[in-house]
Amino acid sequence: MSSAHTKTEHGHTDHNYLNHGSGIWSWMTTLDHKRIGLMYFATVATLFLIGGFFALGIRLHLAKFGAEPLLDPDTYNKFMTFHGAIMVFMVIIPGIPAFLGNFVLPIQLGAKDVAFPRLNLASYYVFIAGALIAASSMVFNQVDTGWTFYTPYSTSKTSNGVILLVLGAFTMGFSSILTGLNFIVTTHKLRAPGMTMDRIPLMIWALYSTSIIQILATPILAITLLLIGAEKTLGVGIFDPDLGGDPVLFQHFFWFYSHPAVYIMILPAMGVISELITAFSKKTIFGYRAIAYSSVAIAAVSFLVWGHHMFVSGQSTLAGILFSLITMFVGVPTAIKLFNWISTMYRGTVTFDAPMLFALGFMFLFTIGGLTGVFLASTGMDVHFHDTYFVVAHFHYVMVGGTLMALMGGIFYWFPKMFGKMTSDLGGRISWVLIFTGFNVTFFPQFVLGAMGMPRRYFDYLPEYTNLNQISTIGSWLIGLGFLVGLITIIHGILKGEKASDNPWGAKTLEWQTSSPPPHENFTTTPTVTAGPYDFR
Amino acid sequence: MTSVSSSGEFHHQHHFKSAEHQYASSKQGIWLFLCTEILMFGGLFVGYLIYHSLYPTVFKNGSETLDWKMGAVNTIVLLVSSFTMAAAINYVQRGLHKIAAIMLVITIACAGAFMVIKYFEYSHKFHVGTVPGKFSLVDPSCGAGGKRADCESKISALLKNPAELEKNHVSAEEVSRLKAVISQPKWEMFYGFYFVMTGLHGVHVVAGALLIFWVFIKTLNRKVGPEYYTPVEGVGLFWHVVDLVWIYLFPLLYLVG
Ligand code: HEM
Ligand SMILES: [Cu+2]
Repeated sequence: MSSAHTKTEHGHTDHNYLNHGSGIWSWMTTLDHKRIGLMYFATVATLFLIGGFFALGIRLHLAKFGAEPLLDPDTYNKFMTFHGAIMVFMVIIPGIPAFLGNFVLPIQLGAKDVAFPRLNLASYYVFIAGALIAASSMVFNQVDTGWTFYTPYSTSKTSNGVILLVLGAFTMGFSSILTGLNFIVTTHKLRAPGMTMDRIPLMIWALYSTSIIQILATPILAITLLLIGAEKTLGVGIFDPDLGGDPVLFQHFFWFYSHPAVYIMILPAMGVISELITAFSKKTIFGYRAIAYSSVAIAAVSFLVWGHHMFVSGQSTLAGILFSLITMFVGVPTAIKLFNWISTMYRGTVTFDAPMLFALGFMFLFTIGGLTGVFLASTGMDVHFHDTYFVVAHFHYVMVGGTLMALMGGIFYWFPKMFGKMTSDLGGRISWVLIFTGFNVTFFPQFVLGAMGMPRRYFDYLPEYTNLNQISTIGSWLIGLGFLVGLITIIHGILKGEKASDNPWGAKTLEWQTSSPPPHENFTTTPTVTAGPYDFR
Repeated sequence: MTSVSSSGEFHHQHHFKSAEHQYASSKQGIWLFLCTEILMFGGLFVGYLIYHSLYPTVFKNGSETLDWKMGAVNTIVLLVSSFTMAAAINYVQRGLHKIAAIMLVITIACAGAFMVIKYFEYSHKFHVGTVPGKFSLVDPSCGAGGKRADCESKISALLKNPAELEKNHVSAEEVSRLKAVISQPKWEMFYGFYFVMTGLHGVHVVAGALLIFWVFIKTLNRKVGPEYYTPVEGVGLFWHVVDLVWIYLFPLLYLVG
């Protein structure tokens, strides 16, 4: 693999993408995928803070520390809806692909940019527009349906704010489709010479599989959301039983998107983890092909399992059994990845820098989330666990323990490349310890609560659930504190961090072969690739 | 402004190796986007098929109240427009800008004609009351209360009033069809699908017409030509998909029943 960069010996500033054009306008109109990635970072981080505010509100309410409840039932439902909708549609779905993916994908491929830079910028603004439309529902007409918008409640019982939220999600879906399309074409058409499909880094395989899901599943969400809009404005009745419609059809449509969407969240995270594990084990990844193809396999199977959300919706027994069986299949490619990561670490030279801690955190938490998923996939058990806190714990272990851990790890890993500076490793580790402990303190009790029968989405609960709820709330403050430390570490790194070398981790993929931060067009001369992506010897 | 006539030079964007490379990439992008369009309509088709099997009589009776002649004319209009669009691409590729521009104008005119015919179809439905859920009621507050059985539909009110029937150009034959429609419970369901499917398609027709107008301007200004015709071809493909969706909608809504 050729090292493309030649260093400037003299002290004066290198020309890089951060100082290539200055002023806010040069950022707002940039076509550079790296800058667009950072713009997503700022946006998603802001939205994450808002979503987190609602989370802490929910938790504080449920702790019942005071004599008076903190929120009234109506406000509680709205908090829960905004928390869920913001976190899903605006944080974890765009988080890794649109931010880290945008930054990393073209450089890892040895390309100057994504295939359609203008479309890339457009999809950023489409995302902003969608987020604003959705947020306007907070101002004009709050929504209390939960992020799942289940009919007929959403279509004939509650406020018209649903139209705004649904329209916002529709618009953000457009952005998601355009980003996925851009990534697929970039991967197909813009690989550097010698970068064959079996030499692309595993992060790219993950983003590629994610893009396929984005393109195939999001249109179904789009039509479903449009139908909710049509239902509320025209009363077309397709989902409204009063008019002859079928609310279960809504659930089919919704989960036909939203289950694959879970993999839009987790596949890129797995891509990040593959990069981290090999970089911090100083070892060629074990089972490159197995990990690559298992991403595609997960993408394919993800379309066939949506019915596991509907075991208690009056599905036929046969359908239930089939969905249960296929759901279990997803475990196979997932386990393949996990075992390959562990084999990579085995006899590697493992170092525990902050990014690696997040990677290990991912593996631990995602395993718990995944295993409890198998419980939920068993039809009999699901009848007991359905819509209890067990489910809440399960999806937080997967989405937060999985996706957010990977996102944090990815931020700390690629930070030197993004800003040309190092973050404080101590800051990163403290952040990790707080998030990891806080996370388990928050969500492990929820498994117990769920098994004891505490239903999700309820404003109040029986006295016997009090202690565990209070523990859970204390954990949520730890998580909040952990993210605060993380944020401070990142801001401190941007402002005062030590200068980073081009390849501080000694990693092998192409992005580390160019300068930190990279020049405007990523490489001064197009790299030629002569070996696989993780050629540690 | 640099012109792209047959002698001009087209500069591809910096991150592509060549103009061909850029063209191939754009084309792949457009095809992927069209897949998402087809999938989106696919959701509606699935819904239609499900409800058709649930309420076969409702869909049959509803279908018989649609004017298949208008639908057929619209099908022909769109087929012609697909032809002129294809011709426009061909002429742009050969550098014949003037005739290409004429073809694009005809295509836009077809889109306009299609929408005008749709307007007549829609407005007639508004008059007689074959409209989706909420608006099919005389008293708009009726639907919200949940006591829909007590409410009278606009159609049945209309059918009782011969003067209104005449005013709204409702023939004796149509009267019998409308009676058949409201003889079935949940008859609004058919019109729900009719309006959502044709409405979404109509939005695509308008968007397509605007896009064609955009490449029409490009053609006039000679920004496209034999070396560079990606926008014309892309918009053309989009237009063919819009036509294709109609080719499925027409028999499904107007003929199958
Ligand atoms: C500080 C950490 C967090 C806490 C304390 C927290 C707490 C909660 C609580 C109490 C609920 C309501 C459960 C229910 O009654 O159904 C909830 C729901 C939810 N949370 Fe979180 N959450 C946190 C972080 C996150 C993050 C980071 C995400 C996504 C990235 C997320 C995604 C969701 C989703 C999708 C729901 C579902 C809402 C629904 O049931 O419709 N949460 N969360
Ligand atoms: Cu699922």
